[in-house]
Formats: sequence, structure tokens, C-alpha cells
Amino acid sequence: MTQPHGHQHAGVSLARDVRALGPPETHVEVEPIPWKTGRVGMVAALDRPTGGGGPNLVTGASPAAVAPAPAGAAAAAATSAAAASAPSKRGSRLSGSGIPPRQIAVILKWARRVCQVGFLALFLYFLFQTGFRGSFAARADAPVRLPLPVEAFLLADPFVGAMTVLSTHTVYRGLLWSVGLLALTMVFGRVFCGWICPFGTLHHFFGWLLPSKQGRGAARVEANKTHTYQRAKYYLLYAFLVAGVAGSAIGGLFDPICIAVRSIGLGVIPGLQYLSHRALGAAQDVHSRAVQGVADQTQDFLAQTVWQSKQFYFHQTWFIVFLLVAVLFANRFIPRFWCRVLCPLGAFLGVFSRFALFGMTKDHAKCTDCNLCLVHCQGADSPQGGVKWRQDECHMCMNCENACPEDVIKFTFLPNRRSTVLVPDTQRRTALAAMGAGAMFLPTARVADALDVNYHPKVIRPPGAVEERAFLERCIRCAECMKVCPNNALHPAFFEAGVEGLWTPILIARIGYCEYSCVLCGQVCPTGAIQKITEKEKMGQGQAPIKIGTAFYDHGRCLPWSMQTPCIVCEEFCPTSPKAIWVEEVDATVRESTPGPDGAPPAYKTVHLQRPHVDPSLCIGCGACEKVCPVQDQPAVYITSVGETRSKTNVILLENTNYNQRT
Amino acid sequence: MSSRDKSASEGSAVDTSKPTRREAIGRLAGALGVLGAAAAGARVLWDRGGYDVALSSAVRQVRDYRIAERDGQHAELAVARAAPKEVGDDSPGATATPEQLVRRAVEAMGGMSKFVSRGDVVVVKPNIGWDRMPIHAANTNPDVVAAVIKLAYEAGAKKVVVADGSCNDPNRCFQRSGIWRAAYAVGAEVVLPQEHRFRTMRLKGDVLDEWPIFTTLVDADKVINVPIAKHHNLAKFTAAMKNWYGVLGGRRNRLHQNIDTSIADLATFMRPTLVVMDAWRVLMRNGPQGGNIDDARDMHMVVASVDQVAADSFGCTLIGQKPENLPYLAMGEKRGLGTTRWETLRVRQV
Repeated sequence: MTQPHGHQHAGVSLARDVRALGPPETHVEVEPIPWKTGRVGMVAALDRPTGGGGPNLVTGASPAAVAPAPAGAAAAAATSAAAASAPSKRGSRLSGSGIPPRQIAVILKWARRVCQVGFLALFLYFLFQTGFRGSFAARADAPVRLPLPVEAFLLADPFVGAMTVLSTHTVYRGLLWSVGLLALTMVFGRVFCGWICPFGTLHHFFGWLLPSKQGRGAARVEANKTHTYQRAKYYLLYAFLVAGVAGSAIGGLFDPICIAVRSIGLGVIPGLQYLSHRALGAAQDVHSRAVQGVADQTQDFLAQTVWQSKQFYFHQTWFIVFLLVAVLFANRFIPRFWCRVLCPLGAFLGVFSRFALFGMTKDHAKCTDCNLCLVHCQGADSPQGGVKWRQDECHMCMNCENACPEDVIKFTFLPNRRSTVLVPDTQRRTALAAMGAGAMFLPTARVADALDVNYHPKVIRPPGAVEERAFLERCIRCAECMKVCPNNALHPAFFEAGVEGLWTPILIARIGYCEYSCVLCGQVCPTGAIQKITEKEKMGQGQAPIKIGTAFYDHGRCLPWSMQTPCIVCEEFCPTSPKAIWVEEVDATVRESTPGPDGAPPAYKTVHLQRPHVDPSLCIGCGACEKVCPVQDQPAVYITSVGETRSKTNVILLENTNYNQRT
Repeated sequence: MSSRDKSASEGSAVDTSKPTRREAIGRLAGALGVLGAAAAGARVLWDRGGYDVALSSAVRQVRDYRIAERDGQHAELAVARAAPKEVGDDSPGATATPEQLVRRAVEAMGGMSKFVSRGDVVVVKPNIGWDRMPIHAANTNPDVVAAVIKLAYEAGAKKVVVADGSCNDPNRCFQRSGIWRAAYAVGAEVVLPQEHRFRTMRLKGDVLDEWPIFTTLVDADKVINVPIAKHHNLAKFTAAMKNWYGVLGGRRNRLHQNIDTSIADLATFMRPTLVVMDAWRVLMRNGPQGGNIDDARDMHMVVASVDQVAADSFGCTLIGQKPENLPYLAMGEKRGLGTTRWETLRVRQV
């Protein structure tokens, strides 16, 4: 104990030291707040892009301040002193002058919370219902369709709409709904982000849940100020839109609804199903009737409402889940990191929010710089006094007006825009560079391999998919088709379809085959990458059926072909009529496995076999044969994409190469 | 308060004092305790390896739902046929409904009350294997299934459960076969083959050793097998015995290498109370899946039997097969499951 106390514990925070020194000196007069000019609603020479806060008077910190932030400490100390003297309507809970928010603001805040929970629940419900569950009430001949518009959130997504308009010059069917969301933005600004977006709600929740000790108080206020890195989403948006013009809907990789469907549908739900199957399966083995009964009924309930019809597996889905976890974890450092920094849909709505009729006015003169608005701010849109509000960043969550104890912030229709920045704070050169990158993406990706000969023979697209170039113009990788596929046949491609085809659907027949009478993937596809075909078109009643590939035999592995063993499960499962797999009846010679008596060479015997063949003109490439082939590790019959209906070039039979023929 | 805590609170940089004896003994005891527990736990869970661990009893598993005593009056094989139409009658449809045929056939067997007792949980096992509609005759006719359910309830069954392990997507098979709707309408509980309903069991058959079993189908007091008679390209004909493929989960595709033995194994495992074979419409070729309505032919017939082998032996004649061409029938007969010479039973045509 030779050293003085203060030196020994240099790491202890200043605030504690301050507290240890005893109560602070009373501040009757604070450092003058420069924008207190008395002119309501005006900002004079203070149009700083981010909120700077007041003078940083650390020594003025008061233990009574709600926001224990050094930045706002001076103001907080002053306002708490004011609150102590002035009578407050709601007691000591409110800081500052304690002026309660307008009733309408409170109502709107709660309405927003209800909306957020409701839309997230609706989104999850639609996701759970993205799969055919069958019905006891349906007639045998009723066409199999989903009863709900499970892809509704994607249809209302104007970023998807804009991207596909630029790439295809059309608005595909239900995507017309996205105009509705655009209209909503024109009235209320980015309410979608704050009130509706299920992915945004997840981030809102994790932003509330996750901050570390270092992410609260002053650090949080600092993090919630507008930062220049928030421009990134606009650059991403511009790049994706230009890539759309060039002919790639790659922007779907970053669309929040697509990410939510893809990561929850392909990762979280199957993962939880696996977990629940293991846990409840173990509970069923417990020697207690009560436990068994509860476990059994829980499994029944979950199987009928939430889970897929069986355990689904998705090709390389770990990466999709990893990115979800990473972006959720980012909330620990920057609340709503995704929404503020990366989301191109938010940027798209931000661009259009300049037309919004609803917005914020600020009475800067009343602001005491307590920063409570910033503590609760979702969009990092500079709600605090002294700076201009960023309408393009605001999620319209109404938290700032509710938090403000000084009656500074008001949301109204047709507000004056004297302290509002309407347009994104992007830099022209960077924006142009981003657009250039977007334009260069497609040629870079396309010359990396030859699209016409397919990147990989196993790039088998779902039935009803349009030709590969048109497909890449439309596919936003939302994974609805993979989620809805009843047989777990459709999977997100990793790099099988090239870097351009990341997470586009491919059929992996070994895991699941294309169900013969099923057209659900086209039903849920929001952009028409998979067209809405009928059963008649798919199965080819009165017309040519839709082929997605062709089956081939590997005679070296096939049991009847090379091992003189009966099998033909492939023929049994072949769904076409007449069957595309036909069998040749042969009597083949096979050697006995054991030697004859007295060491004689093994005898030969004759076995009757059915050897399978494929009729390529009948085969539709559904992959049922590949799925059921008993040669487990590498099947003796497999499908490749050749012969697919959608391509005029990826054909084998001469009869299908006639370009004038309608296929 | 230990000396360590004290020194920490005082903030001294170096402390060379020894722990007290009590503390030293405590630490030693703690270390020994953890080591001892780890050693004991490892000894209990010690796996010495080797391949002979999993061998267990070699007793063939049987699920026998048969009625023990049968009187000598009632039929052992009953064939109910719709009467042929009179000459000049061009009206569509048959002269009897599937339900009437089921009733007539079961009545000839002595009535459902001979098989189902009051309070029984009855499992009805139709063939719901394929995503085909009733007209394709790849799945059991829904009217036949509904009639069997009704008879079981009339005989006093507490609960009738309808289930099968489908080949195609089960939701689609159950809905499009029409069986879900028909069975639900008459009050049966329809159970889809969801993953958690399967349990691995040791069947100890010749080829079927350990397989996941659809527990819903075996957890019952009585089991009624309601197959459809149809062509099968590999087994040549399929009805009652091969219908038990539906109790299996897992990758049953590898059974086809020895399809006859596996059928016999399954029929040995499952001994139903009654077989009601649907031959209302029979798939004559391209079985077992069919898909072309021209492949099926109306026969308007229902066969009831207590003998699975006899039912199949009779059934195969409907598509022009002979029992001696079907090896699994001979295997079944050899194992004492029934007789291939169905004519030797008490046969009643109604």
C-alpha cells in the first residue's frame, strides 16, 4: 500500500470516481445551449449531420440522471434539478421537465408495438403454412394448392418489385401489391421498417435484448447518432438496381424478407424440428405415462402446425444461418445494424420517404440535450435538437416523441421541413462507383463460366422455371420454393450455379424428388422465376409434359445390370404413364459365391432379371428413380439437367431441337 | 474470511503467506473427490469396443391380432361380387355399392362382431402408398375403407385408426386417394406417418432384421388389413401380404433385392385379425403405381378372409397370375401363415 489509491485503480471508471468524491456541486446555471435562440423550430448555423450533444461537462454527472451519459450529463443534471422543483404530472419517472408525450403519440407507440408483434406472427404463420399439409375435407380430385398467400410479404416488397421491373420490364402478377407499400411510404415514410418488417422487428428485439454493458448509456447514445456508414445501404441499393438492369436479381441476397424466409425457413425451423424431435423423442422413452403423453401430444401438435412433414435438410444451409446469427449479433454493437447499414429495402423506402406527408417537427429552443430520444431511436435519424432530422433514415417508431420530456419532438401531417433532411446523404462519386460495380457484376460472373452449357449438370431447376437467363433475372433467392417443396427436393445452390446463382433453387434428387402432381413451387414464387403452372401442364395431359432433366443409368453400379440381382425400385417409382423406365427381361449367368465340393470351381447358375432402361422421350427428370435407388452412396440411376423443357439448347433428342416447335 | 480475500481487499501486490491447514486439506479433498468421481464415471461408461455388443435375442417378433377360435360354420374366404348387369342395361355404375359388397363379404365371415369386440382399438390399414386418385386404382378404394370403419364401429370398437406409410408425399397421398376424407367422415382417426411415430424394432426376419416401425399400426387391439389387389412389376401381384410394407419406415428400397423374402418376413410379423381385399377396380398392369386409367379395370368385387396367403392366392388370379408364380406365397405357406390352395378353405361366394 505504498501507492495512492487513485493510481492503483486506474481502470475504474471515471463516473465511480466522481461519485466517490461526493455529491456534485449544484448547477443552477448550465453552460448556455447555443441554439436557444428563442426562435421556435429554427436551426440557425447548426445543421450538423450528426447530433453533437451539449458541452461535455463530466464533473456535472448526477446519480439521479436517467441517462448516465457523460455526453448528456450537464443537461441531465440541470433538468433533474428542474424536475425536483417543478411539479410533475407523473412523478419522478419522467426526467427533465417531465412533460408527458401527447396521447396520440403514446397510442401510436403502442399501436406500433402491436403491429410489430402481429406482423411478425403473421410472417411466421405464413412461413409455417408454406408447405402442403393436406386436408381431411378436400376431395380426391381437388387440385393441391396452399389456401393462404404465404408469399404475401414478398409480393408487397417494392425492392423486389423494382429489381424485377428493371430486369424483366414487367411487374409479375402479385408483385403489383408492392405499389401499395410504396403508397404507404409516400404517406408515412418508412413505416414499413418500424411497424411491419418482420426482419426489422427481429432486429428491434435483439437490439433491445443484446447490448452489452458497453452498449448502454452514453455508448448507446453515441451509437444511435446518425453515422456516415449508414450510407452503405444506399450504395448497395444502387448497385443492386443497376445489376437488375443488367439482368440479375442478385439483390435478393440482401432483401430482408428474402433473408428472413431463407434463414428461418431453411435453417431455424429445420434445426428446431431436429432439436424437438430428439428432445421429445427422449421424453417419450421416460417411464412415466404422464411425460410420454405430454411429449406425444406436443409432437402431434407441432407436426401438424409448425414442422415440415418430415425432417428436412438443406444443402449448405449452415452458411445462411451463420449470416443470420452474425447480423443479429451485430445488434450488440450497433442497434439495428442491419436496418441502418445494409438493408436495401430500407434504402429503397428511404429514397421514397422524401415524398412522405407525415413527418417530424422539432422545437429546438426547448431541447435540453438530454438525449433520451437518442437512447430509444431505432433508425439513427438524428431526432435530437440542434440538428436536422433525417427523414430517409427514420423508421417512424415514435419512440423519440414518447421519450422527449421537453415537448421538442412532434410528428404531424405536412410538417414544416425547416429542420428536416429529406434525401439520402450519399456522395455522388461513391454512388456512381457502386452503380458501376453493379453493372460490372453480371459480365464478371458470366464470363467466369459458360451459361449455355450450364455451370454444372446437376443445376436442375424446378418445374416451370423459365430459361436460365430469364431465371436469373427473376430469382430473388427467397427460398419460398424450397420451403414449400413437400419432398425436400429443392435446395439453395451454393456455387453449383456459379457465383451468380448463389442460393437459387436446385433439385437434389438424392435427398428428395420432384413430386409428380405437385406445382406448389410455382404457386409461391413471387417473381415468376418459376411460373404458375397447372398439373395438366406439368404432367402433360394433352400436351408435352414439363421436363426438368433426364435420368441415366450407371450400369457399373446397377444391381440387375452388374450384380445380377433383382431390384427395379426405380421402375416402381417412375411416375409417368407409360413409365419412362422400362425393363428388359433377361436370363443372366451368375457365379455362386461359394466354391463347389472338393474345391471345385464355383458353379454357375442362371437368374431371371429385369434390367431397367430409360426412354428419354418419356422421362421428365423428376428424380424419383435417383431418390429411391438402393445403391446408397452414389446412385446407379441419376438425373442431370439435359433435356429440360425450359432450354432450347440443353437437349439430347433431335426431336426436341426443333426451334420452331412449341415445347 | 480467508487470508486471500483479506489481502485482495487490502490491495497488497505480493502475499507470501501459506494457506491454513484447514484450507489446504479442503483443497486436497476437493481435487481427490473430482478425480475419484471422474474415474468412477469413466469406469461405469467404459466401452471396450468390438462388434459383438449389439447381438441380442434371436426370437422372431410377431404381432398377432388373430381371433383364437373360429367356429366351423362361417367362411374362411368370402368373395362378394356385384351381380352382372342385365342385358341391355347401359346405366353407368355397378349393381351394388362398395359398402354393400364389404357388408356381404364380412357377413359371410360371420359378421364384424366375430372379429371386433366392444371397446377395441381397431387399426384399419389400407394401401395409401401413392399420389393417385381412386380412378387409378393404386390405393385402396375410399368407399371400401369407409365401409370397414363403419362395420368396426357398429361392432362396438372404441376407436378406429386409419394409417399407412406412404411412398409419395403422405399429405398428398392421403388427400388425393380420397381415404382421408372418407375415413374422417365416418369418424375414424386418420394418422399420417409422421417421423415421431416410428420406433426401431428388431423383427428378426430372414432379411428384415432391425427396422423403424410405424407404431400407430401395431399399437392396437385388432388390425384389419384392407389392401387393394393390383399388379406389381417386381412381385408380379400385390395385395394383403405386401401391404405390410406400410409399417416400415427407413429406406425400404433396399428390400426389393429380395422382395419375396421380405414380404414373407413382414407377413410373419403382422398377423391381422381380418383381411378385406378391395378388388372394386383392379390395376392390371404398370403396377404398383399405375397412373393411366386404361391400366385399371372395374371388377366390382370385395374379398374377405382370415388367411392372408389365401387372399393373395385368390387375388392374383384376378389379374391372370397363378399362385405358383409368386414365390412369397409359397414362403408364406411354408412358414404356416396360410394356404396357397384357397379352394380348400370354406369359400363362400356372395
